[in-house]
Amino acid sequence: MAEGIKDKVAIIGMGCTKFGELWDKSADDLMVDVFQECIEDAGIEKKDINAAWFGVHFEEQSVGKGATSMALALKLPFIPVTRTENFCATATEAFRGACYGVASGAYDIALALGVEKLKDTGYGGLPGGPGLMGTKNALIMPKLTAPGAFAMLATRYFAVYGLSPEEGKRMLAKVSAKSHYNGARNPKAHLRREVTEEQILSAPIIAWPLGLFDCCGVSDGAAAAIITRADMAKKFRPDPIRVKALQIAVSSGEELMYTKWDGAHVETGYRAGILAYKEAGIKNPREEISMAEVHDCFSITEAVTMEDLQFSARGRVREDIEAGRFNLDGPQPVQPDGGLKCFGHPIGASGLRMLYEMYKQLQGKAQLPERQIKNPKLGLTHNMGGFPAMNIVSVAIIGL
Amino acid sequence: MVGIKSYGAYIPRYRMNHNTIFTAVGFLGTFPPPGENAIASHDEDSLSMAVAAGTDCLGDVNRETVDGLYLATTSQPYMVRQNSALIATALDLRSNMRTADFLGSVKSGTSALLSAFDAAKGEMSSNVLVCASDCRLSKPGSPQEYLYGDGAAALLVGDDDVVATFEGSYSVSYDFPDRWRASGERFEHAWEDRFIRDSGYGKFVPEVISGLLKRYNLNIKDFARIVYPGLYAREHGAIARRLGAEPDQLQETLLSTVGDTGSASPLMMLVAALEDAKPGDRILVASFGNGSDALFFRVTERIESITGRRAVKRHLNSKKELASYEKYLAFRNLAPMDLGMRGEMSIRTPMSALFRERKVVLALCGSKCKECGTPQYPYQRVCVNPDCGAIDRMEDYRFSDRQGVVFTYTGDNLAASIDPPSIYGLVDFDGGGRFWFDFTDCDLDSVKVGMPVEMTFRRRYVDESSGVHGYSWKAMPIRA
Repeated sequence: MAEGIKDKVAIIGMGCTKFGELWDKSADDLMVDVFQECIEDAGIEKKDINAAWFGVHFEEQSVGKGATSMALALKLPFIPVTRTENFCATATEAFRGACYGVASGAYDIALALGVEKLKDTGYGGLPGGPGLMGTKNALIMPKLTAPGAFAMLATRYFAVYGLSPEEGKRMLAKVSAKSHYNGARNPKAHLRREVTEEQILSAPIIAWPLGLFDCCGVSDGAAAAIITRADMAKKFRPDPIRVKALQIAVSSGEELMYTKWDGAHVETGYRAGILAYKEAGIKNPREEISMAEVHDCFSITEAVTMEDLQFSARGRVREDIEAGRFNLDGPQPVQPDGGLKCFGHPIGASGLRMLYEMYKQLQGKAQLPERQIKNPKLGLTHNMGGFPAMNIVSVAIIGL
Repeated sequence: MVGIKSYGAYIPRYRMNHNTIFTAVGFLGTFPPPGENAIASHDEDSLSMAVAAGTDCLGDVNRETVDGLYLATTSQPYMVRQNSALIATALDLRSNMRTADFLGSVKSGTSALLSAFDAAKGEMSSNVLVCASDCRLSKPGSPQEYLYGDGAAALLVGDDDVVATFEGSYSVSYDFPDRWRASGERFEHAWEDRFIRDSGYGKFVPEVISGLLKRYNLNIKDFARIVYPGLYAREHGAIARRLGAEPDQLQETLLSTVGDTGSASPLMMLVAALEDAKPGDRILVASFGNGSDALFFRVTERIESITGRRAVKRHLNSKKELASYEKYLAFRNLAPMDLGMRGEMSIRTPMSALFRERKVVLALCGSKCKECGTPQYPYQRVCVNPDCGAIDRMEDYRFSDRQGVVFTYTGDNLAASIDPPSIYGLVDFDGGGRFWFDFTDCDLDSVKVGMPVEMTFRRRYVDESSGVHGYSWKAMPIRA
């Protein structure tokens, strides 16, 4: 039985740029900005880094293939640099690579950095393109957009649990309103305005039944982490954050092509959660996970993820949402930083952006006192890439 | 005895009233005859409609028994790349077969049918599927815009189990320049209507029918049904009177309900006649276009064994009005529409991959696991059933003629579409198998989880930069 990664490595520094439509910043600028914050926070110099992992998804929009763009932007001195890409889990994959590199004993200090420059696309939403899912799929798949793919999750959730469109959309509106409340209080967020449930419900439909405020923003951004061995970590700072679990689950085709999946949950999310809880030794995630940043690319994704991660019982997330369980002042805050909803989703950066929020909260260093969660013990991050019927989910758990 | 073994037809769902055209472009001085035209949707063309008619015609016929496929059209998407071979692939027919395109004249429907009878009579006794289909582009404001409609017919020809025996034919051919379109041109040119009516239509149809009667020593009164296209409503009846036929012998034209469907026109009318035919009936069919072919048939007892065809009647009654002329222009790419930058990203079709995956892409074939019986689309080498997982234990499994139900769906306003929202979803097939598909011929409000759907072959995209018309299958509500 594999030992897993629990308590073997620790994060000693992190950085996160302000996310937004950064018309004046290139991907290189974002990398340099975030790198400075990150090594300053860790109290190290560039020469201390043994190896680096670099996450970027839409390389054709910005930096090109391979890992050279980061090495060149930061002038990394001929060290190993690996580029990772795994849909929306891209940044978490960079983090995973760095953690495993250190845990293996190959390196003492590793950098994980994720960046995405989406706003050179020329239109709203994520860049499209027929080649995204490969040659054969380009010939047979509908031209799915992200909102459309996740709208199908909402349609199915409403059907399976007998919610009318009005009831379902009301539940989802509460999810987005909560995230906007949190994002409005976060200086690094892209969208910093509170919105009411009524505004959310009266917004134009993007992909039925999802409206504008059910969709996350589209932005540029970067985030980074410095990882070292857990036994070395206190040499750098008094409050390093340990990695408790790092798991990833990938669809087998069963959801899309077999007929057992109910379409109202994300199977990989459920599976990755189980693996992560086992690795971290968590028995009751609803009670033991203090807070989470999950992949709320759409309001429905967050709602379903609460069930997949066993924060809520199957089909019962609506009760928890209505009770305010996941609000900033609730018993299990989710998206305390505003989530993808308010940060937007520069794909290669998002996973590390989530870890940044958990890291700061665990250290008691949320920028403003009204954002600080009281005495959190364990923070969970969750990315989901692809479509509900065919995807990748990563789950990371970190703690003091 | 050779003859027709089965029949089918296709009429697109949209109909456009002639007044809609007149309101939009009547200022140009043309006047609308009463009626409406069948309008192919933005994802249909002569090729996709031929597949639909062929599917209707084949019904439960074992597709292995089809030895040839002939396409008749004047609006083929490809000048080079045999359209009939593409249709045969979409219908999942054998590859050791004869395919041919009959082009260039609206007489081509009967030309293809005559050739099919020759093949059936030949030493191979071939079963040939004849698909006649036209989706002709008319210049906005032209008289053809009122006249032309879109539709297709299909007839399976062979030498046994026929529903109508082929009794004989007579042909005339003239280089009659009523309409013409040179290579590379988008629109047809036409000479004066009165010339077409008086020197062509009103001459060749009587000539060919008289020639046939004389050759086979028949009287016009011997026929239960006389079928020839209606180009001009009044002249259509006048020809019959001149031939000595009674009005009730004359097969009703589709002029005011579908429009003139070119190559498909006489065959669609023949299909309509067969739908009402009784054993023993004699049916005479003549085409018009650079001359004329006349054929005659005698209906057999087996006519009553044909069931379940949508043919002309059911398709006629299953319709939705297209009230926007502007939308029609967009469907036909007659007005440059802004699809946004997202819509400008064109697919570069990898032809070698398309050929390799032709059964998956064009025939909607997947596989069925011989170990656990699970159908799966697209073709998998490793069984998707998690409790099975057998490798290379698959047999081909065709989904195109299976119904299913909507598992989930959306109407996507962000996806680039000429007819937004783009509706798509996951389909669970009856008997197993699930995949996601575009939905077509439906309105978002009418789609529900659990709604039954059928599959339809459609044009998926046109890549003008590389001259590729791409096709695949979509789901649609079961058509009435």
